Amino acid sequence: MASVERMQELLIIDTPTSPVTSGLPLLFVITVTAIKQGYEDWLRHKADNAINQYPVHFIQHGKLVRKQSRKLRVGDIVMVKEDETFPCDLIFLSSSRGDGTCFVTTTSLDGESSHKTYYAVQDTKAFHNEQEIDALHATIECEQPQPDLYKFVGRINVYHDRNEPTARSMNVFLIVYLCILISKALINTVLKYVWQSEPFRDEPWYNQKTEPERKRNLFLRAFTDFLAFMVLFNYIIPVSMYVTVEMQKFLGSYFLTWDEEMFDEDTGLGPLVNTSDLNEELGQIEYVFTDKTGTLTENNMEFIECCIEGHVYVPHVICNGQILHDCTGIDMIDSSPGGSGKEREELFFRALCLCHTVQVKDDDSVDGLRKSQLSKRSCIYISSSPDEVALVEGIQRLGYTYLRLKDNFMEILNRENNIEKFELLEVLSFDSVRRRMSVIVKSSTGDIFLFCKGADSSIFPRVKEGKIEQVRSRVERNAVEGLRTLCVAYKKLTAEEYSNVQKLLQNAKLALQDRDKKLAEVYEKIERDFILLGATAVEDRLQEKAADTIEALQKAGIKVWVLTGDKMETAAATCYACKLFRRNTQILELTTKKIEEQSLHDVLFDLSKTVLRHNGSLTRDTFSGLSTDMQDYGLIIDGAALSLIMKPRQDGSSGNYRELFLEICRNCSAVLCCRMAPLQKAQIVKLIKLSKEHPITLAIGDGANDVSMILEAHVGIGIIGKEGRQAARNSDYAIPKFKHLKKMLLVHGHFYYVRISELVQYFFYKTLYDTAYLTLYNISFTSLPILFYGLMEQHVSADTLKREPSLYRDVAKNALLRWRAFIYWTFLGVFDAAVFFFGAYLLLDNTVVTSNGQVFGNWTFGTVVFTVLVFTVTLKLALDTHYWTWINHFVIWGSLVFYIIFSLLWGGIIWPFLNYQRMYYVFMQMLSSGPAWLGIILLITVSLLPDVLKKVLCRELWPTATERIQTRALLHHCLESREKLGSLAKYLRQQHEWGAECIEALSGAHLRIHTSCLSEKPKIQEQRLQQFPSKKV
Amino acid sequence: MRSVSGAEGGGGAMAVNYSAKEEADGHPSGGVGVPGGGAGGGGAGGAVKTRKPDNTAFKQQRLPAWQPILTAGTVLPAFFIIGLIFIPIGIGIFVTSNNIREYEIDYTGTEPSSPCNKCLNVSWDSTPPCTCTINFTLEHSFESNVFMYYGLSNFYQNHRRYVKSRDDSQLNGDNSSLLNPSKECEPYRTNEDKPIAPCGAIANSMFNDTLELYRIDNDTRTPITLIKKGIAWWTDKNVKFRNPTGDGNNLTALFQGTTKPVNWPKPVYMLDSEPDNNGFINEDFIVWMRTAALPTFRKLYRLIERKNNLQPTLQAGNYSLEIAYNYPVHSFDGRKRMILSTISWMGGKNPFLGIAYITVGSICFFLGVVLLIIHHKYGNRNTSADIPN
Repeated sequence: MASVERMQELLIIDTPTSPVTSGLPLLFVITVTAIKQGYEDWLRHKADNAINQYPVHFIQHGKLVRKQSRKLRVGDIVMVKEDETFPCDLIFLSSSRGDGTCFVTTTSLDGESSHKTYYAVQDTKAFHNEQEIDALHATIECEQPQPDLYKFVGRINVYHDRNEPTARSMNVFLIVYLCILISKALINTVLKYVWQSEPFRDEPWYNQKTEPERKRNLFLRAFTDFLAFMVLFNYIIPVSMYVTVEMQKFLGSYFLTWDEEMFDEDTGLGPLVNTSDLNEELGQIEYVFTDKTGTLTENNMEFIECCIEGHVYVPHVICNGQILHDCTGIDMIDSSPGGSGKEREELFFRALCLCHTVQVKDDDSVDGLRKSQLSKRSCIYISSSPDEVALVEGIQRLGYTYLRLKDNFMEILNRENNIEKFELLEVLSFDSVRRRMSVIVKSSTGDIFLFCKGADSSIFPRVKEGKIEQVRSRVERNAVEGLRTLCVAYKKLTAEEYSNVQKLLQNAKLALQDRDKKLAEVYEKIERDFILLGATAVEDRLQEKAADTIEALQKAGIKVWVLTGDKMETAAATCYACKLFRRNTQILELTTKKIEEQSLHDVLFDLSKTVLRHNGSLTRDTFSGLSTDMQDYGLIIDGAALSLIMKPRQDGSSGNYRELFLEICRNCSAVLCCRMAPLQKAQIVKLIKLSKEHPITLAIGDGANDVSMILEAHVGIGIIGKEGRQAARNSDYAIPKFKHLKKMLLVHGHFYYVRISELVQYFFYKTLYDTAYLTLYNISFTSLPILFYGLMEQHVSADTLKREPSLYRDVAKNALLRWRAFIYWTFLGVFDAAVFFFGAYLLLDNTVVTSNGQVFGNWTFGTVVFTVLVFTVTLKLALDTHYWTWINHFVIWGSLVFYIIFSLLWGGIIWPFLNYQRMYYVFMQMLSSGPAWLGIILLITVSLLPDVLKKVLCRELWPTATERIQTRALLHHCLESREKLGSLAKYLRQQHEWGAECIEALSGAHLRIHTSCLSEKPKIQEQRLQQFPSKKV
Repeated sequence: MRSVSGAEGGGGAMAVNYSAKEEADGHPSGGVGVPGGGAGGGGAGGAVKTRKPDNTAFKQQRLPAWQPILTAGTVLPAFFIIGLIFIPIGIGIFVTSNNIREYEIDYTGTEPSSPCNKCLNVSWDSTPPCTCTINFTLEHSFESNVFMYYGLSNFYQNHRRYVKSRDDSQLNGDNSSLLNPSKECEPYRTNEDKPIAPCGAIANSMFNDTLELYRIDNDTRTPITLIKKGIAWWTDKNVKFRNPTGDGNNLTALFQGTTKPVNWPKPVYMLDSEPDNNGFINEDFIVWMRTAALPTFRKLYRLIERKNNLQPTLQAGNYSLEIAYNYPVHSFDGRKRMILSTISWMGGKNPFLGIAYITVGSICFFLGVVLLIIHHKYGNRNTSADIPN
């Protein structure tokens, strides 16, 4: 019976909502969405235009023509000037250099900023002017684009559809509601006909049908009834939610761009938001794929120090971050070495000056930026290894300048400005197995030296003399700090020894078989019995707070993968430096080298055994990095190994390796992939993205080589860095520095996610009256507060979020939009609806509630229900709001006031343009009734009760980490304020003292931190530390 | 072979290559990574200024905010206070409700014994009307003003088709709507090509039983004065409902060109003899037009005012209710009732509200106690527990 009555009740509401009131919100939704999307597209369009209009020099009909890059066609001949970027894939026909070579950096492709020499096609090398080039007739056949950068390069600009999980679950919820809607309409239609089966019910004498209605076909009638119910109940699917969600996303994204902490002072750039659709995804990231060079590091090698026999030398330019112009040569930190030391020192510097493969670019052919920035001398260095450049430049700052290699003579300008010449006899070039290189030179005095530099592990065993212990400790110390260290050693060869060596080398070089092997053997023979000179430390400067960020991300339960094109050693060092791998991390290697030793199959199985055996006994929390005593695993894999894994096997069981690999990866807290081609990066991202759990992935990178993975991942973040803006342009968000990722994910992501999930659920929850009310209900009475809630809510403070990355796990995995929550909200909605309806029903059933005995009609009934509804829904939101700014106050209370004013107005006047006046005076009449007031208060209390109860109980019994933090913050706050009062006087006194100290500290060149300062003012002390970084000793 | 090696250098995607030197051609965000780079610094500095986000509390999401948290500590007192407030209110309401006198007679006449049984199958146009008399006894006297209601059951005044079936502008005295009623009124819009005034199903089905009350005192029947004004909302009577306007006050002339609703015995301008209670502003009509929300409802019919302070309005004793039974409800299983009720500040008898208040108050109180226990048991553990790292 109740349901029948209810249906009847709803039937009145219906008046099948006029097309205007139903259509208006829809139109509104579409317009708002269209405007928003259009605006974002326009921004993209502008960016695209900038690229498309980039000028390119073509050779056309024998003339040089300047055109926009978008007019570039296959087969065009392009001229690229120095320091220009290639506009497309090119084949090198000819260069301005006589020998047909050019130096190319592939920074924008693989992140390596080193110069590589390329040779022009032999047949076209001789073409030098436009006419000659124009006469060229040729066809080029080439491979289809390939994943491996080092073989050939494919087109990577493929867009993939993004699928947002929030939208996904939102849409799933919508589908559920749609099903509910349809079944509700069906059930109601059936009930209607059951109820109407008795003719007096269907058509009592007092309420007859019109003629056409009566004549209508039964099925047609049933169908229209069904549709009418659909229209009636369509409010269960909140149309205005889309508007609100869109608005929330759009406006919310501004907070990101407005964030001061994400603004980079150096570059003057703030974060860019290219799409606002993904804001909430930032709160759900499970995997972060990051590029190394330029993302984790600044891609700027810097010579930090050298250590000669335990004495540390620091070049003057970067002396603890301060530029000390008055310092002359070097800053000697330890006492000056004695006589023999002096000699060693000289040798060391010469060794560094000589033992490299750096080429010097002459001044006259250069006028790039680099020169003016980096070297004040008139030459710049080019090398395939940026470390070498850094070393040579560092030595230059220490007084020894490598001038050039001329006719096999290396020229050095020493500290006394004299040119020393060394004859270069042999170069024992670098390889990654030996991890060292040597040169044999003959000084002008006729002495023959062998200088060797290499990784500590490859040098120390070959040293017979020198202060090994001091150097080793220094090297280790530097390595811990994330510096790339190289050891330098030498040995003096007699003429006789040299001729021996020469012979050996000659033989090996001439060998037809196993030449490499023989050479290696010879090198092995030659490079021994060194005298250790010292060590160098070069820093590929990590970006500010990169380690801090990575640590925070790992604590937040996010797995960080580093994908880089760099060499394994370099990459691994960086990973240690940025705390991706920690001291206790057990490194698993899956590299080509290892695969050569064992079969891929064995390696994989071994690894998985190691990982799984350990993990079997542990909970899945292993990755969290929660407890440091737990064994972490770090996996290193290189590009070649990866392509082996990814390659489908002949027998078609390729999934096998992939699965195994995934399994291993999942159990490692950190993964480092080196020697990756851009497409391989994307492959990895895809592999993870499509794995069983469908985790949300984020890719961050700065160069064009990262674009593929940025596009592949759910969320792509570009660093607006040195390697151009390609990544930034193709990304969803662009940030100036890697460190901003922390705030972006942990604070903004968290907020966005909490906000949007609350918003969506709230929308599903609020679902009921008079057509105008009905429309306004969703749009204005209740949307505005949640919108602002959606913009303002900060359930915990931003600082706390940054401090406690583990909170991120509370929201990860779409936790807030899961079914339990969804069912809870739906249940709450149903409960509240029942309370509203039956409460009002019992209140007004067959009775009179006015003091003058007059009766209420159905509109009053509706108004009571609606008032209770509006108040409940708004107060529910108020209960959920943890962060009350004046805007929240304004909007929440304002919407209630607005509701009352609107109701008064709506009922207060006979609206001349309306043909019904049913709401006239209903609201005022209701307000004149005491029981109506009491009833409304009662019903609101009852509807809010379960939610309050649930909140409190959950907080008491099963608090989440977030809630604990909130509670603690509250307690802390209380204590603090109490303490503050008590210690105010004391504090003021200290303030005074401290101020004096600060002035002292500021005026003095040296920093001494007073202990009292330390303990009393931790925050300001921190600031001071930033101003005066303490010296490294 | 060589062409391959040449191509290697230019690798990368068609669209992915022009990045690095963008700064060179005057891109506004130039000077990337050249901190303090000499001459360019000044210009870059200017650009920095403009791009730097404002340090306003709003933009930095640092607006001063009040951060309340729902904890047992804050909710507990609230529960107790709600309990403590609600229970007395509930008791108050309950007592008031119980003090209200109410007497109800079902005069549908479905039982054969009922005096009205003969009228059960009455139709609209039966003349003379079927009348019946029901005698009843009031055990207690009704002290204050008494309100006389008629009640109908199983009458769906809230049916969608029914509710819509009226023309508010016609009822508001609009002359054009009078002669051309809204389509919503179908099928009660026109009759014999004349517009119906008042049109629509609601008006058509207006309750038209006449109820009269007599006090029987030693076989003498004294009629009780039933006041028929003041039963409708003031705003309805004076604003929402108006007779059509025109020359003179002759309602018959004003309603010229319209016809009476099909079921009515008389046209609308003959509802009452008094001109301020006739036509659309007839209060019985207005009351009927305020459709009820639920299928069982009551509507105010008459008022019985207390004459003087010495005598109760209705003394305990015998009464008889005389009914002109015109309104057929048997066809839809309906019931008709006459209700006499006194009224307090909170209206008629309504035990629900009082009971509900008491119940909710008690629940709150109970929950408060439960929460207190829980808080004592688990609360300490909670605050002292360490947050996972």
